[in-house]
Amino acid sequence: MLKYDIIVIGGGPAGLAAAIEAKKNGVDSILVIERDRELGGILQQCIHNGFGLHIFKEELTGPEYAERFIEELKKLNIDYMLDTMVLDITEDRYVSAVNTDKGFMTMKAEAVILAMGCRERTRGAISIPGFRPAGVFTAGTAQRFINMEGYMVGKEVVILGSGDIGLIMARRLALEGAKVKVVAEIMPFSGGLNRNIVQCLDDFGIPLLLSHTVIDIKGKDRVEGVTIAKVDENLRPIPGTEIDYSCDTLLLSVGLIPENELSKKAGIKLDSATGGPIVNESMETNVPGVFACGNVVHVHDLVDYVTEESRRAGKNAARFIKKEMAEDCKIIETVPGNGITYIVPQVIRTENLQDTLDMFMRVNNVYNNSKLVIKADGETVKTINKRHLAPGEMERIKIDLNSIKNKAISKISVEIEKEGV
Amino acid sequence: MLKKEMTCIVCPIGCQLEVTVKSNGELEYVVTGNKCKRGIDYAINEITNPTRVLTSTVKIKNALLKRLPVRTNGAIPKVKIFECMKIINNVEVKSPIKCGEVIIKNILETGIDLVASRSM
Ligand SMILES: Cc1cc2nc3c(=O)[nH]c(=O)nc-3n(C[C@H](O)[C@H](O)[C@H](O)COP(=O)(O)OP(=O)(O)OC[C@H]3O[C@@H](n4cnc5c(N)ncnc54)[C@H](O)[C@@H]3O)c2cc1C
Ligand code: SF4
Repeated sequence: MLKYDIIVIGGGPAGLAAAIEAKKNGVDSILVIERDRELGGILQQCIHNGFGLHIFKEELTGPEYAERFIEELKKLNIDYMLDTMVLDITEDRYVSAVNTDKGFMTMKAEAVILAMGCRERTRGAISIPGFRPAGVFTAGTAQRFINMEGYMVGKEVVILGSGDIGLIMARRLALEGAKVKVVAEIMPFSGGLNRNIVQCLDDFGIPLLLSHTVIDIKGKDRVEGVTIAKVDENLRPIPGTEIDYSCDTLLLSVGLIPENELSKKAGIKLDSATGGPIVNESMETNVPGVFACGNVVHVHDLVDYVTEESRRAGKNAARFIKKEMAEDCKIIETVPGNGITYIVPQVIRTENLQDTLDMFMRVNNVYNNSKLVIKADGETVKTINKRHLAPGEMERIKIDLNSIKNKAISKISVEIEKEGV
Repeated sequence: MLKKEMTCIVCPIGCQLEVTVKSNGELEYVVTGNKCKRGIDYAINEITNPTRVLTSTVKIKNALLKRLPVRTNGAIPKVKIFECMKIINNVEVKSPIKCGEVIIKNILETGIDLVASRSM
């Protein structure tokens, strides 16, 4: 049986960064397994620029960003298998995979790093009534068709959901000559970046309807049109507000879900707020020796943060192999307070931290002129003023280890306080 | 007098700006709604010479994929974007291509090149 120190599942930016960092930290036998025909993950289809501002201080396109890491992986002689699908992982870190070349194989790893990314919510997950005509795509599928296969998805398009992928696709389709009639967003705010609303919608005169959703899809064989209605504060369609749009294509950009079928099989506990594994400060799951990073843990909007988090996973997997990790420690839980949807990591062992504690989180609404208040067992340890907070923009906060170390703390919470309260 | 509304994208706050263009002999720009100075520069630039980086794909032969991603290696005037797309859509290249390789030099006399954004 093949044996490796570390097996990385998924060859997207998360898997690449984790493998590279583990190698740099002294682990030699590493294998990256990728089910696609090439490395790079979802970045290969994201041909627009805007990646890497934090890490490379320039605006790269997705493929350019991926290529830098793929080159480095190759330079470091890290093994990888393409067209290989991981089917199963066990608690004692046996990894089963299949490809057409070698058939079914089982491998043993000292440590496993989960980096399977996320998948898109589909029509089923949001239940729009009507037939199942051709012409309904998730935005990511359309992106792959257009940017990699050279296949245009339609001429007249309506987009449901204003997250960044939906916005990026609105521009892409408009550039390729399609008429993008409208982007409908069920929430009263867009989940996308301002920059994308301006450069992908405003630039092309594409209207954005907030608090609106698609309530009907017309057409039997091919989409012929959709009905859009305004929704009330409970997100229910308001009768009498329906507008019909004729179109041959409907793109769904209605959210991403971490891809965790494999994790569940290995007995890994998931956080219902993130949809991903519960991880500790070292990006380790509840199963010792199984680490996770990137979109499989929580959906990121900036690939730079994926890279940063994945480097941490790679480095700590190396420490685990070298038995440098403090295991039996007192545990501090992170608790999302008022206005916070989730915090990653969920569990902290201060013994394994150096200098600072990094936490990623999302807020549940748009807040202007407010504060993020970090408390340790109810006592404020840090306050950060925020002029603007939005659910579409992940927040990262760092706290000085000295403010929490060697104190008998059991919980660290983060909450939003509005100015003047 | 001309008025234009826009969202500032220089920082995440996204101020709603209004630019008034007055012409009493010389053009004068009055920006309101900005919370900081950077909003003024952004607004004037957006009115006088808006530019964008263009990314798209070109056809590629004998390669892993059917399309090669390309980008302009600098920002080009916004008004030239659709004209550029017309040119881009008529280009066909052959593998192998290196990331950064020039596909069209000085596209539409902008002084900017269209380059490959991956190796293939
Ligand atoms: C459609 C789409 C568009 C996006 N667009 C943008 C964007 O424009 N800008 C931005 O900053 N972010 C974007 N994102 C977010 C982007 O996914 C992250 O920034 C980043 O790519 C996440 O990296 P990752 O490595 O965690 O996941 P991915 O890039 O998704 O990589 C995961 C890899 O794991 C592989 N894999 C999964 N399961 C298995 C298995 N069982 N066996 C073997 N291999 C497996 C997959 O094939 C994939 O290559 C987008 C996400 C999606 C889904
Ligand atoms: S005007 Fe200043 S504060 Fe407002 S969005 Fe622009 S940069 Fe930000």
